[in-house]
Amino acid sequence: MKADSKNVKTGVYCVDGDVASGYGALAAGCRFIAGYPITPSTEAAEAFAQIAPSAGALFIQMEDELASIAAVVGASWAGVKTMTITSGPGYSLMMETIGFGAMVEAPFVLLNIQRAGPSTGVPTKTGQADMMQCRWGSAGDYEIIAISPDSPQEMFDYTIKAFNLSEIYRCPVMIMSDECVGHMTEKVVVPAANEIDLEPRRFYQGPADGYIPFKPDKDLVPKMAKAGDGMRLYVTSQLHDENGYPVNGSNYKRAFTRRLVDKIRLNKHRIIELREEETDDAEVVVISYGITSRVSARGIEKAREKGIKVGSLRLVTVFPFPDERIAALAEKVKAFVVPEINYGQIAYDVERCSAGKANVVVIPHGGSGVHQPKDILDAIEYAAGEDEKIKGIIEQKTLLERKVFQEGYVVRE
Amino acid sequence: MQNAEIKTKENMEEIHPLENLLRMDRIPHIWCPGCGIGLAVSAFAAAMEKANVDLSKVAIVSGIGCTGRVAGYVKLDSFHTTHGRPIAFATGIKLGNPDMKVVVFSGDGDLISIGGNHFIHAARRNVDMLVICVNNFIYAMTGGQVAPTTPLGAYATTSPFGCVETPFNIPYIADSSGAVYVARWTALHIRRLTNSMAEALNKRGFKCIEVIAPCAMYYSRINKLGDGLDMMRFYHDNSEVRNGEDTHNLDLAFQTKITVGKFVDRERPTYTDLYKKWLSELKDKNREG
Repeated sequence: MKADSKNVKTGVYCVDGDVASGYGALAAGCRFIAGYPITPSTEAAEAFAQIAPSAGALFIQMEDELASIAAVVGASWAGVKTMTITSGPGYSLMMETIGFGAMVEAPFVLLNIQRAGPSTGVPTKTGQADMMQCRWGSAGDYEIIAISPDSPQEMFDYTIKAFNLSEIYRCPVMIMSDECVGHMTEKVVVPAANEIDLEPRRFYQGPADGYIPFKPDKDLVPKMAKAGDGMRLYVTSQLHDENGYPVNGSNYKRAFTRRLVDKIRLNKHRIIELREEETDDAEVVVISYGITSRVSARGIEKAREKGIKVGSLRLVTVFPFPDERIAALAEKVKAFVVPEINYGQIAYDVERCSAGKANVVVIPHGGSGVHQPKDILDAIEYAAGEDEKIKGIIEQKTLLERKVFQEGYVVRE
Repeated sequence: MQNAEIKTKENMEEIHPLENLLRMDRIPHIWCPGCGIGLAVSAFAAAMEKANVDLSKVAIVSGIGCTGRVAGYVKLDSFHTTHGRPIAFATGIKLGNPDMKVVVFSGDGDLISIGGNHFIHAARRNVDMLVICVNNFIYAMTGGQVAPTTPLGAYATTSPFGCVETPFNIPYIADSSGAVYVARWTALHIRRLTNSMAEALNKRGFKCIEVIAPCAMYYSRINKLGDGLDMMRFYHDNSEVRNGEDTHNLDLAFQTKITVGKFVDRERPTYTDLYKKWLSELKDKNREG
């Protein structure tokens, strides 16, 4: 189906990534955003609050993040497309109910404009240290989808894609952006409504007595009903059977949790989106996501000028993780270089997929800023020149860290 | 609920009077003998019939705990959510589908301790929902721990020398936060409780009914108050109906007088009313501009 023209503010804008995401949410048909203010995500909430009423959508500022995410899961089961917006500390507060959303298979989108942590950290500066939290943060086994845009235009486009994925797979979809992309102002083109494809909710169509709320379709995703349809739904955070009734049996637990993870894992070839450049004959491949892909581009360019065969693999969807593609690349490249604004999160997944076939060089960054192109270049040069297979992850300090920690740490034996 | 179960077993062919309101395939329930939650559920089911509401347009939301199980036994659109969040979840349902009537049915720990913030804010916003808070003075599902409603001096497993914290006065919190309807009954006042619930179901805005209920397994046993029946006798001998009483005066001390009644019944525009009003004014302004 196509987007509704009353939701689409067609035109060319010069706005930041946060605002673009707010526009994207409305274009995707989002009817309800519940949020709590947190820097650096507030502009997204403000943008939506500004444009939503005229399109019949609603923004409510809740009392805290716990309430925001709970209201979002509630609104999702009330039948509307819904989203919440936050950053690191607020994201941590939302974790329990994110797991609830995954458990009751509520489609919703969560925009996380990551900032430097840990804890309150540096509210106004960038970070990418919530990546593993988004994957593993809530209790128990579940799967989510995470997308990492790298420009305001992508914030618009991928917010729409996030809604589409959440409707197809009935799971939380995280837009794992960061302060740089959120606060970066660039040209954003909002196309005409008839150029935007949307996924409708997978509503059950049939007699009420034939509805089995959690009976999956062939792709392992069940059809949904909404409160008020007369289905007398039973939706519980507890482990439940196909009727939604709580069960205790360990056999059932295995079956249910298996489906909850498999509906993403077995469909991942349909979900994963990657951007590859010059990986065909590459010796070194830089794996990046979000703002680091923008910074890497210059480092890669410089390395090519020096004659190093270097390619780029950008993770547009970070989770589900592209295991197979990285494993295949590991067979033919010498090394991966992974710049990220944390002390090593995605690099460990790269190492796992590489399985000792290619070296993995991480360039950790403590946040509050981004890598310099020279950091990327140095790591590429090192990786291209290292002929030995080195076990584990090789850490390449940034120029800044090399300056600050000249002497290195003294480790007490 | 106890009676309901026996009746069904004896007359398998007959239709239970509450069958269209309860999930009979989930009965027997998990509540202990002497527990008051079942009485509150019976009163609620009777009130639903009395209030004559469209059952397919009612959502019931619970959190976690003994009372948190209520949503799972009532045959409406039932949502059993995370601990403390049913009011926030219900806010999402109400704003996502304003045609729904939303009932939050949960316990004192869920609504007033971990969910206390949502309680006061939903009352402040006057989100249209009925909150039924069963207060048994203790965390019963987890085995009798102290609650923010445990009376001063009462024993609990985590206050083994007596509770040293002043408890919350739930009607007072609801009143001062802006609820449009506030009442308190015990599980013994089944007729009054039913009437109160029916009345509140047809009133718009944030309504709160506190139901004082016996926990015969933990609260009573730890405090040596006898069984469920003894606690009901205590309610019988010590409850005083004072409709319209100032909610200041509703503190509950250990085994003293329990003031019950309907304390607040007023009109205030709901969140949705104000939002719609603001929206229509905005449209008028835009037209002028």
